[in-house]
Formats: sequence, structure tokens, C-alpha cells
Amino acid sequence: MGQLESAAPKADAATAGMKMELSDAQKESRLRFRDFVQQHISPFAGQWDREQRVPLEIVDALRARGYLGAVHPTRNDHGGPMDLITYGLLTEELARGCSSVRSLLTVHDMVSLGIWRWGSRDLKAQYGTATASAQLLCALALSEPEAGSDAASVSTMATLSGDEYLLTGTKKWITFGQIADLFLVLARCQNQVDQTGQLAAFLVPATSSGLTRTALTGIVGTRASLLAQLDLHECRIPKSHLVGRIGFGLTHVVATVLDHGRYSVAWGSVGIAQACLDACLDYTSQRKQFGRELRDHQLVQQKLTDMIASTRAARLLCYRAGYLRETQDPGATAETLLAKYFASRAAVNAANDAVHLHGANGLTEEYEVARYLRDAKVMEIIEGSTEIQQITIPKFSFSEL
Amino acid sequence: MEERKTKIRAFLSKSFRNRELQDDDDIFSLGFVNSLLALQLVNFLQKEFSITVEDEDLDFENFKSINNMNALLERKLGSAAVQG
Repeated sequence: MGQLESAAPKADAATAGMKMELSDAQKESRLRFRDFVQQHISPFAGQWDREQRVPLEIVDALRARGYLGAVHPTRNDHGGPMDLITYGLLTEELARGCSSVRSLLTVHDMVSLGIWRWGSRDLKAQYGTATASAQLLCALALSEPEAGSDAASVSTMATLSGDEYLLTGTKKWITFGQIADLFLVLARCQNQVDQTGQLAAFLVPATSSGLTRTALTGIVGTRASLLAQLDLHECRIPKSHLVGRIGFGLTHVVATVLDHGRYSVAWGSVGIAQACLDACLDYTSQRKQFGRELRDHQLVQQKLTDMIASTRAARLLCYRAGYLRETQDPGATAETLLAKYFASRAAVNAANDAVHLHGANGLTEEYEVARYLRDAKVMEIIEGSTEIQQITIPKFSFSEL
Repeated sequence: MEERKTKIRAFLSKSFRNRELQDDDDIFSLGFVNSLLALQLVNFLQKEFSITVEDEDLDFENFKSINNMNALLERKLGSAAVQG
């Protein structure tokens, strides 16, 4: 898929009319990702969740394998930029192990790609290589205490002062904000004679004067994702750190960033749903009630069937979105939105059923399904809530398959 | 040139249902353009006409009507031809 389908069609594929199959390289990559996750992530994900912190060693491990920034167009190591289907497989496998680790991949990639897409030549020259290789970790500073779904209502202000912008405001729920090196900040511009109040995106180094960050703890899901609040008090950044143009901060820069984020979150949701299915297939084949294994009860079979069907359907929507993204089809944005909407709801439903199938055990830390449910709920809210998507999706026209 | 306008009109008509778009209609003032459509529009122009919309092209004037989009394409395709 992706790269495969853009190649010359084979005779059998042409006669079949449609081919939906991973390439051998994609299958091998998936096995490699799965092996990495099973060795280095899954056994520790529960502990990281309880400690509310992923260790920096795992960030280094992701970086060393080329997983962070894998799809950046400038990557020339690890075989060059990863195709977007393989990237989806990577995201799914990471989420199968730990959604907090998956969220690092999501947020770093969405912002580093956004900088590359809309940054000036100078900005790309300054930060392109370091963000592509994840030597500098990126985070998105969009939400505020009073601005969530209504992103256009952000109140962080940017004031031009000589060759610098001064940013003042508070940003909240910043994933990996505790350790990120660069923040993409959406702010409202002041002192623009004819552009008062327009939104713009700025690249803010974590070392900037006037920037302080505070760890946020106690969140329900993706608890290990090192959330932070940023407080900017006349935070000084060079004028050249404007990304895109004033007035286009939300409509193009942040929209581009969130578009990639939704693709990653969609795949991450598939990973959670698959993890729920894995856990339930194991548990229901081991535990006995009423003299027989759980899986032999018809209502249990019904839940497993729903889980299998919705996980498969979500993955197919992700494949479709990935293919359109890989071929740069303008319909990719809408299909990605649809994939994220469906997959995040599928993950919540799968996790809810998984907890039920585990009974009281499902409510304990001894089993992973409680964490899956908490993490799945996050997926329905980030990068556009289910409700926002329900009012957005009907506005798109979708081409038929 | 007309062929380009026809393609742009066809793309926009998917989002502007039941409205016959004129070449100089301001699509922003019609109220149908949200950030997702704006992004789709950029992606469409890039894919359909083999251009790259750069940060310096981000000016609402460039995208506000079929005529203005066509003018942007003329500039970009013209400069590409000169450079090529």
C-alpha cells in the first residue's frame, strides 16, 4: 500500500480491479516495530502510567531507530522518509504498547512537519535538520485554559517590538511539554496596523526568556505523556520565528499540523483497539465461568465479534487515508478526519467491552485493559473531539471508493 | 486558462453546493471556507497544477476567487517555466 500502489500495476491487480495488500517491506517493518514494542515498551507501559512519566531512555531509543521524524521529507537516514502506510503501522504498534509513547511520535511529527511545510527558508535552514532527526523535540502549544475546541478564541497575544515578538499568555495540556525543545504557539497579533487580532503561529524555543513550564499531573489517560502548562510573560522570540503569515496561523499552519495529528491519532486508536482485542482473546480463552471458557458464551462471542469488526474497519479507513495522503490527494484531509472519528470511537467501544469482559479484574492495575479505556477516551478528545467532527464531517464531500 | 478555471470551479462546487460560483465571487465572504476547506484547497491546487504553495503565497487575495487563484497559478507556473 502507499508506495506499492503508486508503482506500475501488475496484471493480476489490474484484472482484480483493486489491490489491498501490504508490500513485503511493509510487512517486515511491522514485525520489526512489533518486536521493538514487545521488548522495550509493553512490559513497562503500566509502570510508566503509574509514574506518569515515560523515561528519557525510550525517547532516545525511538530517536536512534529513526522513528521520531520518520516521515520528514529531509530524512536521508534509515532508508529515507518512511512512506505513510508504514508510518501508520509504526504508530499502531507503538499505541498497542503504550499510548503515551505514541503521543510523543504524534506531537513531534505534526509540529516538525508543520515547520517544514510553512516555515520560511531561514527557519527551515535553522531548524529543519534538527527537528527531522528529533535532536530537537517539538510540541504544539494550541489549547489554553479558556480555548479548547474553539481554537480561534485563543487569547495569547503576540506584540511586535523591533526585531522581536513578545508573547504573553497561558497554554495548557501541552503533550511532552515538560521536555520539548521547541513549541509551535498559536497567538493573536497586536500592533499590526491593518491586521489587528489576526492569528499567527510562532516557533518558540523552550529556552526563550519569559517562558516557564509547569508539569501537569493527574490526567485520566495517556498519563505518561509529560503534559505541561506554559506560561509566557513577554516571552521574546526573533521576528523570523513567525511560521507562515499573520492571519494564516490557524487556517493553514495549525490546520496542517492537526491534519497530520489526526492521521497519527487514528492509527493510534487502531492500536488501542487491537490491544483490547488481543487482551480479550487471551483472557476469554483462559478464564472459566459456569463451567466453560468465557469465549464459549454467546454474549462474549458477540462482544469479540464487534471488536474484531470495528478494529478491522478502523484500520481500513486508516489505510485509505494513508494511501490518499501518500498520493497527495486533496481528499486526504476529509478521509483522515473520518478515519480519526471512527477509529477513536472504535477504540473507546473496544476498551469498554474489554473492561466488561475482564469483570472486576478489568478495573485493576493488574490487567492492562483499564489503561486502554483511559487512553482511548483521550483519543476521542484530542485533535478535534468527536462532537466537533460530527459537525465537520457532513460539510465535506466524499468521493466514492 | 479557462481549463484551469473550470477545474477550480469543479473542485469548489463540491463544497458550494446549490450555488453557481462566478469567477470573481469572494469565496471567503460567502462563508463556506473553514480551515479544513482552506487546507484542502491548497492541496488541490498543488496536486492538480503541480505547484507548491509556499509561505510567501499565504495571502487571502491569492485564494479569494477563481480569478485570483488562476492569477496565482499563472505567476507560479510562469516563474517555474522561466526557472526551468
